Amino acid sequence: MKKICLTVVGLYFILLHAFSQVIKDSAEFKPRKLKLDEVNLVSSYYTQSGDHSAIRGGVGSEKVTDLANGIELKWVGWDGHQRKNTLTAGLGIDHHTAASQAWISKTGASKRTDGLRLYPSLDWTRENERKGSSFSLGGYYSNEFNYQSIGLSAGVTQKTKHNGEFGLKLSGYFDQVKLIFPSEFEPASTFIGTGGKDHPNYGSSPRQTYTASFSFTQIVDTRLQAAFLLDLVEQHGYLGLPFHRVYFTDGTDSVEKLPSNRFKLPIGFRLNYFLGDRVILRGYYRYYLDNWGLRAHTASLEIPVKITPFFSITPFYRYYTQTGANYFAPYGQHVKSDAYYSSNYALSSFSSHFFGSGFRVAPPKGVFGTHLSALEMRYGHYTQTTDLVSDVISLNLMFR
Amino acid sequence: MKRTIFLWAFLALFGSGMMTACTPVKEYQKNRLNDSEMNLSARKVEKNESNFQSYREGASGANGGKTGGGCGCN
Repeated sequence: MKKICLTVVGLYFILLHAFSQVIKDSAEFKPRKLKLDEVNLVSSYYTQSGDHSAIRGGVGSEKVTDLANGIELKWVGWDGHQRKNTLTAGLGIDHHTAASQAWISKTGASKRTDGLRLYPSLDWTRENERKGSSFSLGGYYSNEFNYQSIGLSAGVTQKTKHNGEFGLKLSGYFDQVKLIFPSEFEPASTFIGTGGKDHPNYGSSPRQTYTASFSFTQIVDTRLQAAFLLDLVEQHGYLGLPFHRVYFTDGTDSVEKLPSNRFKLPIGFRLNYFLGDRVILRGYYRYYLDNWGLRAHTASLEIPVKITPFFSITPFYRYYTQTGANYFAPYGQHVKSDAYYSSNYALSSFSSHFFGSGFRVAPPKGVFGTHLSALEMRYGHYTQTTDLVSDVISLNLMFR
Repeated sequence: MKRTIFLWAFLALFGSGMMTACTPVKEYQKNRLNDSEMNLSARKVEKNESNFQSYREGASGANGGKTGGGCGCN
């Protein structure tokens, strides 16, 4: 009898302790304020040469150098409803030099052959890990001498029961193109008034871009995952650039003229496969079409090879081919009666190859035991069948 | 028109094939999938490369980057 009583009492205390444990666990979650979680620095140096400058109607030097720098700060916190909040602030600063800019003047005497672009951004995401959903908002601004832009975006994602995720993002860019015409077409009124020739009063024209981006990602098995991406893009307004020339068959020239409407449909696929223990295959394909008649295929393959778990080398290759837009013709081949005309070789028919390699270092305790969590460097060489050639070297430093 | 119909049919087949061919993967089995190199997005170090390509090529989009607007690019 005593043994039974002791056993019952013992069981009672065990049960009481177990329920106490449960109550203690659910009361332990505390909201966390936003805290700086990650800082990324990305820098690139780009150099290019070619002989089809759009400013000179499809001929002349396309020599360009560009130094692009960006910093991105990410804060992470949790609110009282156990939702993860992420705030990302970015700032980009690009400085470029372009030999062809001198030819905005008919005689090649334009003083401005360089430019600076400043582009800050702010993104906020709220993620509900229990429901597998997220909501995001973003704001962007860009300013350079001939172009200003304000952008807004909103997005949602939703995980599925079978390791998939749907995403939808809507964005809009509301831009102003400064109307800097080639000197022979610049209205005299631009240089009259305060400042005169030293501070011309350029007009501007609007451009709007609306994009709906759909994405679907799926884990296929323990080594393979895939993504499907589709954008619907609608553009209105001044879609060319005012300092691009076009030369006609009769030898006269004019400013590039393009339609004020453009609809784009790019569709992309990504496939990542972990081969063996050290090699990853990252494949990408995109088909593009628009209502200007341009059709393009893009295919790329990256093969990260893990030399050690924290050091990898990634050779890559990208192939691109496009059939030109309806409104493109080379130097001196446009007819004056054409409704639209451009000699910008970015709209011509060509193929390109882009190949190179990079490496990534990401030891668990940081590079040399510092807050530098990962370092990645990458070099690429790009050639087009239009004889445009470029090289780019990029560096990413991630701090945690 | 035929090309568009073919494209949509391929997309539908690819999508349904992807979803039905999947094997269930538990969280503890995701060690390879969670590797940073397996991320289904472009690397941060590629960001400026995509920008340069949007100026030099007519096509853009479907890669998480620019689709047009925000710059004097295509």
